[in-house]
Amino acid sequence: MAREDEDVRPGGDPCRGAAAVRTITEEERVAEARVIPLRPGRVSGGGAQPVAEDTTASEDLPGTVRAARSGDGPAQAGGGRDGEAPEPDPAVDARLEDRLAGLARFVRRRLAGEYEVDEFGFDAELNDAVFLPALRLLYERWFRVEAVGLHNVPGDSGALIVANHAGTLPVDALMTAVAVHDHHPERRHLRLLGADLVFRLPVLGATARRAGHTLACGPDAERLLRGGEVVGVWPEGFKGVGKPFRDRYKLQRFGRGGFVSAALRTGTPIVPCSIVGAEEIYPKIGDIRPLARLLGLPYFPITPFFPLLGPLGAVPLPSKWYIEFGEPISTAEYGPDAAEDPMLVFDLTDQVRETIQQTLYRMLSQRQSVFLG
Amino acid sequence: MTPRVVLVTGVNGFLGAQLAMRLASDPDIERVLCVDIVPPSPEVRRRLGRAEFIRADIRNRLIAKVIAAARVDTVVHTSVSPEPVGGGRALNKELNVIGTMQLLAACQTSPLVRRVVLKSTSAVYGSSPRDPAVFTERTEPRELPSGGYAKDAAEIEGYLRGFARRRPDVVTTTLRFSNFLGPRADTVLSRYFALPAVPVPLGHDPRLQLVHTEDAVAVTRLATLTDLPGVYNVAGEGVLTLTQAVRRAGRLPVVLPRPALRPVGAVLRRVVPLGWPPESGTPDFGQVMDTTSLRENAGFVPRWSTAQVFDDFVQGRGLRPLVDADRLGGGWDRIRSATVPGRR
Repeated sequence: MAREDEDVRPGGDPCRGAAAVRTITEEERVAEARVIPLRPGRVSGGGAQPVAEDTTASEDLPGTVRAARSGDGPAQAGGGRDGEAPEPDPAVDARLEDRLAGLARFVRRRLAGEYEVDEFGFDAELNDAVFLPALRLLYERWFRVEAVGLHNVPGDSGALIVANHAGTLPVDALMTAVAVHDHHPERRHLRLLGADLVFRLPVLGATARRAGHTLACGPDAERLLRGGEVVGVWPEGFKGVGKPFRDRYKLQRFGRGGFVSAALRTGTPIVPCSIVGAEEIYPKIGDIRPLARLLGLPYFPITPFFPLLGPLGAVPLPSKWYIEFGEPISTAEYGPDAAEDPMLVFDLTDQVRETIQQTLYRMLSQRQSVFLG
Repeated sequence: MTPRVVLVTGVNGFLGAQLAMRLASDPDIERVLCVDIVPPSPEVRRRLGRAEFIRADIRNRLIAKVIAAARVDTVVHTSVSPEPVGGGRALNKELNVIGTMQLLAACQTSPLVRRVVLKSTSAVYGSSPRDPAVFTERTEPRELPSGGYAKDAAEIEGYLRGFARRRPDVVTTTLRFSNFLGPRADTVLSRYFALPAVPVPLGHDPRLQLVHTEDAVAVTRLATLTDLPGVYNVAGEGVLTLTQAVRRAGRLPVVLPRPALRPVGAVLRRVVPLGWPPESGTPDFGQVMDTTSLRENAGFVPRWSTAQVFDDFVQGRGLRPLVDADRLGGGWDRIRSATVPGRR
């Protein structure tokens, strides 16, 4: 569904600075030909230069996703019409109509249950049409994420992305999923491994399954990796995501190295991933333990705005994010039996952890402002 | 080795009845004995052909005499059922667990028994948020079923393992079936999806796996006729979620909070013979099984995928959709064709 949305730039490295580089669809170019845009260049991520000139804007597929993602294209196209063209453009009309027809077909398919769900409950169509566009708004507008190093994520085989966890709520995992989908040339779906708490809760658990995520356990991780999926894991778990603000960017213990065992058994590479910016979205300055225990949660956070401002305090601070995918660490040469060698598992775990920690320090030293980057 | 004398328990269930019919039409098999506590309907009885019906309670010692006297060499135990036969849960458990114990005890004393096939269920895996998404035959359930049919099934499997230990010369096959569904068979799920408004749990969308009744009979027959030692998961390929299935059938989902689901189900069960939600172990978190072993080791590939099973059921039953997606979702096409006559 999202394939028609925007394509990666033909030629060149499609991964580098991808978040910063917006591709321009057909109608935007039409619009740009007519009006002088208010903002020169279409920089959404900041930083990198707007170099993209997409020539592969798709015409054939009506885009429900594009419709849902109304931030730029339609607005500019509309601006173009208002400003200059007095007579209605039949091409625009036809496109709008196609889009509505596509939407109607989508609604029909959903109502008739005519969609595919994999054995984990992953519903790719729903993910592309609903979940990802919603997250993309946050990704592009709120956190202005810049993702680099996506060429380190293989295009057609399994890989295990291991990243640092932060931010009180696991927004970083979702943003990484958007980065891997939107800025990888193969538009891969990142399958996250989550805590059982997520899957126990009503609505959240069902939604997570539909979005392709599953329980962080050996069998599921290995099954996904054997199936050639890109799997994302945050081995720090609650220790990482719920650590106090003063400990920001200090990696916690990496679980028991279960993720390394899974990678070794399946011979898939580990891609260390470092995320900067997630620590500042909900600075956790306190923890109401009794309340957490009462609710069965790992912690009940106090941030400068939550629970002080109530629901308003649940709005994340708009920090500027960077996600860097590092060099893959190959595991195939050790063989599947190596998963039974605890020393090797510890060594690899430490290697991944150190890589992420060092990259975090480097990225932090380059960052000038939490909110501006 | 083709069996000479086969004993099939639970001939009132569709699996037992269908299997007995097929075996009866196989000239290589000398005798087919069907056992149940109530006689089958005249219709089933007629179609059983030369298969002999013996009205017996497998909880009774009589079954040992039947097995010894008829020189039974293959026992197919299909009477384990989630549905109480009139007497409620207590009787159901008696029939399931005590019946199996007696049957296996009888098998153990008969030196002629060479093969035992057990119909089991995916319910033995339980269903909890801490379980992996897909169960293989070796997956240990995180939370053992605390009661009801799922617990019965887990215990029955345990008894069969014990039997296999004591009689290593007997080939035992355990077939863990996912939910049966077929156009003709009357199963728990078929009654559930035939309801006009289908109660579904709030906030949970369990993944369902289905096995076509024809495939279920075929695989049981395969296990009866050939040696398939071990435990096999049996399910059609692919997965449907519960709400997806409800939509495919054009039913109206009635979302109920999980605690209310069971009481409502109990009330519904009195009004219509409904087995859903099961008394215990409602698979809110889904139960999906890996069927690689069935395909590769047993060489059995189900002919129907989960989605095909469901569609076959909907069509075969002639379920008229209450919610017509074509009318709701196809509205745009009609509006367009009405307003823009020139186009398409």
